[in-house]
Amino acid sequence: MSVEQQIRDYILENYLFTDDQSALENEDSFLEKGILDSTGILEVIYFIEEEMEIKVEDEEMIPDNLDSVNNIVAFIKRKTEAA
Amino acid sequence: MCGIAGIINLSDQDSIDQHLLKAMVSKLHHRGPDSQGFMINDYVGLGHARLSIIDVEGGDQPIHNEDKKIWVVFNGEIFNYVELTSQLKKLGHKFYTHTDTEVIVHLYEEYGDAFVNHLNGQFSIALWDDNNKRLLLTRDRPGIHPLFYSVVNNRLFFGSEIKAILRGIGKTPELNPVALDELMTFWSPTGSNTVFKGVDSLKPGHMLIIEQGGKIQCKAYWEWSYPVENNYRAGTEAELAEELKSLLIDATRIRLRSDVPVGAYLSGGLDSSALVSIIHNYTDVSLRTFSIAFEDDGLDESSFQKEMIEHVNADHSRVVCKNTDIADQFEKTIWHTESPILRTAPVPMGILSSLVNQSNYKVVLTGEGADEVLGGYDIFKETKIRQFWAKNPESVFRPLLLKRLYPYLNMGQGKAPAYIRNFFGNSIEQPQINGFSHMPRWDTTSRCKDFFSNDMKNKLLNDVMSEFEFSLPASLQQWNYFNKAQYIEAKTLMSGYLLSSQGDRMLMMNSVEGRFPFLDHRVIEFGNSLDPRLKMKVLNEKYLLKRAVKNDVPSSIINRFKQPYRAPDIPGFFTEKPLDYVEDMLSESALRESGYFDEKKVGLLVKKIKRGLAMGYKDNMALVGILSTQLWHKQFITDFKQNIMHD
Repeated sequence: MSVEQQIRDYILENYLFTDDQSALENEDSFLEKGILDSTGILEVIYFIEEEMEIKVEDEEMIPDNLDSVNNIVAFIKRKTEAA
Repeated sequence: MCGIAGIINLSDQDSIDQHLLKAMVSKLHHRGPDSQGFMINDYVGLGHARLSIIDVEGGDQPIHNEDKKIWVVFNGEIFNYVELTSQLKKLGHKFYTHTDTEVIVHLYEEYGDAFVNHLNGQFSIALWDDNNKRLLLTRDRPGIHPLFYSVVNNRLFFGSEIKAILRGIGKTPELNPVALDELMTFWSPTGSNTVFKGVDSLKPGHMLIIEQGGKIQCKAYWEWSYPVENNYRAGTEAELAEELKSLLIDATRIRLRSDVPVGAYLSGGLDSSALVSIIHNYTDVSLRTFSIAFEDDGLDESSFQKEMIEHVNADHSRVVCKNTDIADQFEKTIWHTESPILRTAPVPMGILSSLVNQSNYKVVLTGEGADEVLGGYDIFKETKIRQFWAKNPESVFRPLLLKRLYPYLNMGQGKAPAYIRNFFGNSIEQPQINGFSHMPRWDTTSRCKDFFSNDMKNKLLNDVMSEFEFSLPASLQQWNYFNKAQYIEAKTLMSGYLLSSQGDRMLMMNSVEGRFPFLDHRVIEFGNSLDPRLKMKVLNEKYLLKRAVKNDVPSSIINRFKQPYRAPDIPGFFTEKPLDYVEDMLSESALRESGYFDEKKVGLLVKKIKRGLAMGYKDNMALVGILSTQLWHKQFITDFKQNIMHD
């Protein structure tokens, strides 16, 4: 399964409580749409660390990296390419 | 269920006194009100108080084998007795009853001490082998049924409850201070300790063998065990969810075997809802359910119970626990727990089993065990978050995930991080230590011990946390941190408190048997073999169980916020004028008489409570712990003669 699909499934199942793929666009802002609160972002970081085996530093915990499916996918790509 | 008691001579001496054995069994009347039975010879006396559930007419115990050389008294149920009976008959064994009990003697003939590995059930067993003059005592794997023993003057006394043993010994007991220290750290004594000095609890999954000549040997036949990290059960999520569901259906099905009707507890949480749905969807048993509600809205789950009752169309009964019920029932509760407790949560469970008894039911299925086996507890979430934090102990953001678990941490700006760091930061630099998961809880609970008297403190020379850490098996080092937390939870709080003070004792006080499908050893062993990420996906607890029952349980129950079961603590005792016994037990004179607690400190705690200022966990646990210890002392030590020796 692609990274994008893993992130999408996790958000849909755990925060939108649905398997309807149309409920989430990849560019949707988690905070603006009320999908996640600030603590929810930490859960998503937990998920990324557990599944992708990367470590997110404090200074990387910013919306540009984590506030949408697209942002997360791009962030993980940068991290894994840099590793 | 039932109750068992007995005596064995460890050396040549007077034969067993039949009247003494009967007096011991009479202390267990509430466990088995239907009949009593005895077997006495020159070496041993076995006694039994029966609650008739299977083969009501023909099942009186003790039960023997074909030549009356093997005898057994037994408390519990062997759920696979139908299959075992069939296998044993094929091997030539002759049965004279239709009971589950009888399979024990024939299995022993066939397999010796390994007979216990063939049992799927919950049990405490005393088996006398007259050929070899040996007594074998054993308990079920997770510790659902209790069994205690004590050696005094070359005699071993045993019983389902300690009060039977005390009656046998006939001597006023003393407190075991180390066990109280452990209880006020881990919520229960560890290992074989009990709060009664000289009385041991046979550890779950263990067997005590008393040979001719008095040699005593204790050995484990089963243990909680987890795979080496990353060596988990193979299969896709869908396959494993299906496997879990099949196991749960079978574990439930065989637990419905009974010659009397079987009901079920329904809390409104996922576990009991899953069980009730399985009964509804996969068996032909008509559903009879029971639940407890609270007048305190913060503790009540009635709306979820109602939803499930409608979903499965159950014939349901409910009892409301009022705050004043806690104080009214507390003395009786401690008589049955035979141990101090730190929260009042057992009390409503006793009220609930009373409802079952009044409804003419003797047996209920309950969801206990799912949180331990399949990863449901907040302490596991807390452990995951602290491990997440431990990856970067200096992180400002990582510890803030604890707010997800504990919303009260959303306190004033700037205050929360310092509080979190101080409270949950214990051992954050050492995430690899075995007790990492439970350190914050043990630290909080240990604050109860601030109230110990100097005399008590002087008796406690060792640090129980270090000793417990030291006692853990070496194999833990190879397990994932989540499994270590599960192991510690199963070995401390579950067997020592949840299944005893809050489980067996609260059921049996009203002659009701609880049955626990999630503690079927096949379910436990399956759960233990899973990748921990399937038990808790990030912070989504019991993930695989939710997946297994998603087509059976309403989604509103599956997705609901998990509410820990709790009962009113301080409000249960101090909403109105405290009852006389509460004032008496916390008085300076009573505290001085027992000598366990510092009367000045306790006086200040009571003053704080009366001013309405005691709100935190520490104050609640301290009050309940002190009051229950004082009641325990009065009932079992001060009033020993009238409560224990009076038949």
